[in-house]
Amino acid sequence: MTPGEPLIRWDWIASHAGEISLRIGEHLELTVIAVVVGLVIAFGLAFVALRLPALSAPITGTAGILYTIPSLALFAFLVPHTGLSVLTAEIGLVSYTLLILIRNIISGIRGVPSDVRDAALGMGYTPQQILWRIELPLALAVIFAGIRVATITTIGLVTVTALIGQGGLGYFILLGIQLFFSTPLLVGALGSITFAVVADGALVLVQRALTPWTRLR
Amino acid sequence: MAESRGATVEFRSVTKRYGDTIAVDRLSFTVPAGRICVLVGPSGCGKTTSLRMVNRLIEPTSGEILIDGQNVLAEDPTQLRRRIGYVIQQTGLFPHQTVADNIATVPRLLGWPKERIQLRVDELMKLIGLDPGRMRRRYPAQLSGGERQRVGVARAMAAEPPLMLMDEPFAAVDPIVRERLQNEFLRLQRAQGITVIFVTHDIDEAIKLGDRVAVMRLGHLVQYAPPGELLARPADDFVAKFVGSDRGLKRLSLLTVGGVELAPLDRAKLDGAPVLSPSMSLRDALAVMLSSEAQEATVMEGDRYLGALTLQQIGRMLRVDEPA
Ligand SMILES: Nc1ncnc2c1ncn2[C@@H]1O[C@H](COP(=O)(O)OP(=O)(O)OP(=O)(O)O)[C@@H](O)[C@H]1O
Ligand SMILES: [Mg+2]
Repeated sequence: MTPGEPLIRWDWIASHAGEISLRIGEHLELTVIAVVVGLVIAFGLAFVALRLPALSAPITGTAGILYTIPSLALFAFLVPHTGLSVLTAEIGLVSYTLLILIRNIISGIRGVPSDVRDAALGMGYTPQQILWRIELPLALAVIFAGIRVATITTIGLVTVTALIGQGGLGYFILLGIQLFFSTPLLVGALGSITFAVVADGALVLVQRALTPWTRLR
Repeated sequence: MAESRGATVEFRSVTKRYGDTIAVDRLSFTVPAGRICVLVGPSGCGKTTSLRMVNRLIEPTSGEILIDGQNVLAEDPTQLRRRIGYVIQQTGLFPHQTVADNIATVPRLLGWPKERIQLRVDELMKLIGLDPGRMRRRYPAQLSGGERQRVGVARAMAAEPPLMLMDEPFAAVDPIVRERLQNEFLRLQRAQGITVIFVTHDIDEAIKLGDRVAVMRLGHLVQYAPPGELLARPADDFVAKFVGSDRGLKRLSLLTVGGVELAPLDRAKLDGAPVLSPSMSLRDALAVMLSSEAQEATVMEGDRYLGALTLQQIGRMLRVDEPA
């Protein structure tokens, strides 16, 4: 950074407004796809684990191993196969959501009180109806806690995918490092932090709307 | 009693084994339509297991259970359960549903039209003493323990089942609330003519609620009798101990002053004697006489003298081992 240069040059931000909003859109898209695809896969695997308890440990174990692979290493491993593509980015991002989502879906459903399940069965709910109308709604608070963590993690990780040519706001961080220029660096970093805070707040509001019974007393 | 609605339930040599444990051993008895049968006995004697075999939450190892002559094992479990009310101690209310939605559970499963469901929910809420306007939209967490139990009972009755299974439904509330719930429940049951199989380990509750009491021990049925007979003639030492050494007193609460052959009226002794009504229980009569230190009481129905009741007569009823 050249001495005397201000930390933030507002004129740069003003002249790049279009690109900034484009990158925010990109960031949002990468995040939403990752969390939604992650949720679908996690629900599938969690249901399998709940049906067949023997598979529960292998499923969470595999998701745990995926979670421990450093993100850069994972991308480096994927690029030769899937290139510098959105697919590469999403494979990485989705893998990191799985552990927390699967674990929370399973523990949320297992945490449904057994007397509630017993009463539902005794009154003539089918097992399918118990899952959709009793267990999932009651597990929602725990599942949402998982979705919040997965979302914040993903928003952070999306910045890393800038290294493989994707990256949303991460693009500005990379640019700032390359140009030795603090303004884009701060736009990228503060932007993704703000994004994470806003997304988390929005998820809290959605959860409250969906689970009114958890806010009593 | 509206005899028509209730179902007859028959246990035929029903056995349930878990490995080497025999939870229920060749259980046979019949519950007549519209009556309350109470299963009572010490912890682990097989009460819950017996109850849950009726709606097939547990499958018997051998034997059969018939409802109105139909073997439950021949029916689809889900359909069967929708026709049988089910109440458990922990209530099992759905925490994410309002009181109204909880009560509406089985009618919804059966596909009743909306208007009919709403009418039924309001009717039941009034029956159990909860103001629909105020309570309909509350969640279970916003109710007291006693209110939750009542909602549990209302939910089980919602689709007008001919049979209700109740597993210690009032065990979790304090004695005063329990007494009120018991009275309310008796009133509802008599009004609706439902058959009930009721599990408790509280012999007083069994005597109060049961038309028949089934005393169980280690999976066996030890005695199956109306409460008065259980108190008067326990089948063995186990039952005698289980009903308690005060079973004579307990029996007095089942008998009324009007049911005793009264002594002729001796007007000379009447002054200051306490006055009893024929509908009073002998236990209450005894309390009145002891507290006023009277040997004799006058029994009156309105203005009419019916006769005199003496302490000796009550004493004879107390010695219940002799046929009364
Ligand atoms: N799933 C099971 N596996 C093995 N044994 C069982 C099982 N369920 C019940 N038992 C045994 O069967 C017996 C009867 O149990 P049950 O629950 O019917 O008793 P209970 O009379 O309802 O007792 P309580 O008053 O404590 O509720 C007990 O000895 C219990 O340990
Ligand atoms: Mg029990």
